[in-house]
Amino acid sequence: MKDRILNEMTLRFPSLAENERFARLAVSGFVSSLDPALDELSEIKTAVSEGVTNCIVHAYRDTVGIITMQVRILEGQRIYIRIKDTGCGISDIAAARTPLWTSAPDEERAGLGFAIMESFTDRLSVRSRPGGGTTVTMLRTLRTRKAANEDRNKKV
Amino acid sequence: MGVKLFYDPGSRTVLAELSGDIDHFTSKSLREPIDAEILARIPLRLILDLTGVSFMDSSGIGLIIGRYKLMNDLGGSITAVCPSPETAKLLELGGINRICRIVATARDASFIGGMKI
Ligand SMILES: Nc1ncnc2c1ncn2[C@@H]1O[C@H](COP(=O)(O)OP(=O)(O)O)[C@@H](O)[C@H]1O
Ligand SMILES: [Mg+2]
Repeated sequence: MKDRILNEMTLRFPSLAENERFARLAVSGFVSSLDPALDELSEIKTAVSEGVTNCIVHAYRDTVGIITMQVRILEGQRIYIRIKDTGCGISDIAAARTPLWTSAPDEERAGLGFAIMESFTDRLSVRSRPGGGTTVTMLRTLRTRKAANEDRNKKV
Repeated sequence: MGVKLFYDPGSRTVLAELSGDIDHFTSKSLREPIDAEILARIPLRLILDLTGVSFMDSSGIGLIIGRYKLMNDLGGSITAVCPSPETAKLLELGGINRICRIVATARDASFIGGMKI
């Protein structure tokens, strides 16, 4: 990564469902120094929730494993988020990324996690190997709340 | 945080007031009481009031689709009212408007038997 890293944090936590909320709030708190527009912050939280939930629901199905989440603040209001598990992995990544595709339809999974991560970030990459775990990385440029307000005033 | 349930016998409507975060962790504890109420009442309509929802991810989409299927099996319909702008965006992404009437504000929602919606 060429971009200069201004701030960075790494969290390691077990794949317990109650940590979905913790992960969202941790990322939200960490990027708050950028004073992001609230709608964009909400999108980031949603993308993080999807990534972490997938580790809990799919990667470590019927077990508890470690989720590693790294967040970087890069120059130009850009944030980088990496969510990594060492769980079951994905055999067909293209299929998994297809909207509405889910391996757990009877658990009321909507098959929209990857689609949401993709539409709420500027770039999503998925690296995975069956038995070798999955790493999801997301990049997103955030607008400050100030810039968002100025845009809104211009429109009025 | 959670769900509050109301029933209006006149219009045979179950109103479920959801609040707090809806994610994979919380969705199970929301699903069970709603389904129990639906199966006890066999309503014609289920209204999900999203006013108090502070966060939702695709587990919320799954929750709505699951309740739609149940209501559909019973010959009834489902309506979602008052999503926040963030929740509304997610519902749109999930194509929820195809299975569920979405009412933006309580003002646009019809009143049922003096019940708050
Ligand atoms: N971290 C992961 N480990 C293993 N499998 C995964 C992981 N993330 C996603 N998957 C697979 O990709 C599919 C699609 O994921 P997603 O779009 O989030 O939909 P959903 O979680 O609703 O099934 C999942 O059903 C699962 O089979
Ligand atoms: Mg998912």
